Amino acid sequence: MGEKSVVAARLFGPLAGLMENRPARWTATAALLVLMAVAPMIFGSYATVILTNALLYVVLALGLNVVVGYAGLLDLGYAAFFAVGAYTIGVLTLDFGLNFWMSLPFAVLAAAIAGVIIGGPTLGLRSDYLAIVTLGFGEIVRFSARNLEITGKASGLSGIQQPSIFGYEIASSLDFYYTFCILAIIAVIVSFRLANSRLGRAWLYVRHDEDAAEAMGIDRVRVKLAAYVIGAIYGAIGGAFFAVNLGAISPESFSFTQSVLILMAVILGGMGKIPGVILGAFIVILGPELLRDLGPLRLLVFAVGLLLIMLFRPSGIWPGRSAAK
Amino acid sequence: MTFLDILTQQLVNGLVLGSFYALVALGYTMIFGVIKLLNFAHGDLYMVGGFVGFIGLSAISSVVGGDWPAVFIAMLFSMIAVGCLGVVIQRVAYQPMLAAPRLSILITALAVSLVLQNAVLGLTGGQYQPFRADLGFGGINIGSLFIQYNQMVLVGTAAVLMIGLELFVSRTQYGRAMRAVSIDKDMCQLMGINVPVVIAVTFFIGSALAAAAGTMAGAYYGSIWYFMGFLIGLKAFTAAVIGGIGSIPGAMLGGLILGLLEAFGTQIPGIGSEWKDVFSFGVLILVLVFKPTGLLGRPEQERM
Repeated sequence: MGEKSVVAARLFGPLAGLMENRPARWTATAALLVLMAVAPMIFGSYATVILTNALLYVVLALGLNVVVGYAGLLDLGYAAFFAVGAYTIGVLTLDFGLNFWMSLPFAVLAAAIAGVIIGGPTLGLRSDYLAIVTLGFGEIVRFSARNLEITGKASGLSGIQQPSIFGYEIASSLDFYYTFCILAIIAVIVSFRLANSRLGRAWLYVRHDEDAAEAMGIDRVRVKLAAYVIGAIYGAIGGAFFAVNLGAISPESFSFTQSVLILMAVILGGMGKIPGVILGAFIVILGPELLRDLGPLRLLVFAVGLLLIMLFRPSGIWPGRSAAK
Repeated sequence: MTFLDILTQQLVNGLVLGSFYALVALGYTMIFGVIKLLNFAHGDLYMVGGFVGFIGLSAISSVVGGDWPAVFIAMLFSMIAVGCLGVVIQRVAYQPMLAAPRLSILITALAVSLVLQNAVLGLTGGQYQPFRADLGFGGINIGSLFIQYNQMVLVGTAAVLMIGLELFVSRTQYGRAMRAVSIDKDMCQLMGINVPVVIAVTFFIGSALAAAAGTMAGAYYGSIWYFMGFLIGLKAFTAAVIGGIGSIPGAMLGGLILGLLEAFGTQIPGIGSEWKDVFSFGVLILVLVFKPTGLLGRPEQERM
């Protein structure tokens, strides 16, 4: 292990050093923002659609990161919250005639309630049971969407209205690209603030030593529930914008594979570390695009990559200042 | 059909389904017993077992036909091959992770599951593969109840395998070692038990049982595909939890109970077959929340 980390430090050390240097960090962030702004002009319209998807994954992965990376709870059914957000928007705009912005708070609320329903009774369980329960919950949500009349059964919902803001309709793929840019930036800022908050420190404590945390007066279940609900809200917002971006949703968008892809984004880059998670989201979306020639084997390449990372670099690609123990 | 006929017919269906669940659940529970790992890849070993059994059957069917004897030979071949695969997986992926945090080893198991699924996806192109066994549909009538011979052979085979396992665990030296390791691994090491070998044997048997179920399911349902292990993996886990994870009789009991619950659950008005899976996951969540030790399990403290 020692030798490997030395190699890693040589490879990534300069980069990590750069990130720890304050002015350099600001410069890098500014450069990244400029790149985000001009990317559609440089890479063309196809790439813009792919990048929009990558930014959606940044939001989702940062949300799951709150659950897995911050609170240390393995959630294998995260797509459920994504589905709750998307379907709430779909149902409220199509069947109840609300507009997007009026439905959005309901989507957030529905996801928070879903988070409490699934988290409340199960967060006291052992970690591997929790993983399976979340998996089962994810499947229940998908099966329900596929069987219920109101969610359009297997064919899903289509014709979801695109939102407008101050009279300007968000319609083109470029509009959505910038919308997702803004969402991703907000998600990053919120994640940074959360990590450094009182709650963030409580998560860190619970993750490292649950019993000691409890002895120090941290309410373990409440802190974990908070992680669940916050993660669910990220997922619902991602899902809401996903629904209006595509205009159509179907149960298969929220399968177990979806949950796994989001989880991969969190783990590949480095659990709990925001730059790592962002990098992971981009790898998960851009990787298959770059490996398109491999056809169905590209997912195999991904799965083997995930396995190798778990075996050799369990704390992810991006080196953190304090490797997760 | 009268109400009673429907019930007895569902009893037969439930027994068949329950046999599959029980065979897969046994592997979950045994592996959990010795290394406290939820092997997410276990359902995929069932799937790989189906494919290896199919390859075996195709190889011999020109000589011995496609009836049950041929399926049994294919099943044995599949059990040995997948058993070895299970041992390799344990050595390569799980052994180095045993000291790592629980989250890491769970994710590793998930990664193994994805590797197996996508490897088979890549090899088969994701198509349903017809499983050409030539079993016929004969059966006997008991009153108005019709039981296929296939169903009887299948439940019988599962029962023989389970009785064999029970004898192995309760009567042989390795079985005793296995039970000892599941109680205290470190102590066993000190007492001169070769723990790595015991773990390897456990993985071999667990994987072989899943492969047996996979081959029989392929022959019985007539087709296999790369994703067929996912749902049964979840169901079998549910069965293991209902029975009490870590308990071998519990896994058998849990498998049968879940199979029967599903068969009868689909008869409840308003549930229907499209809600079948929701029904069993609902049961899973309820059991985990209200009785996490299951029916025959012993209470256990988690050490993170």
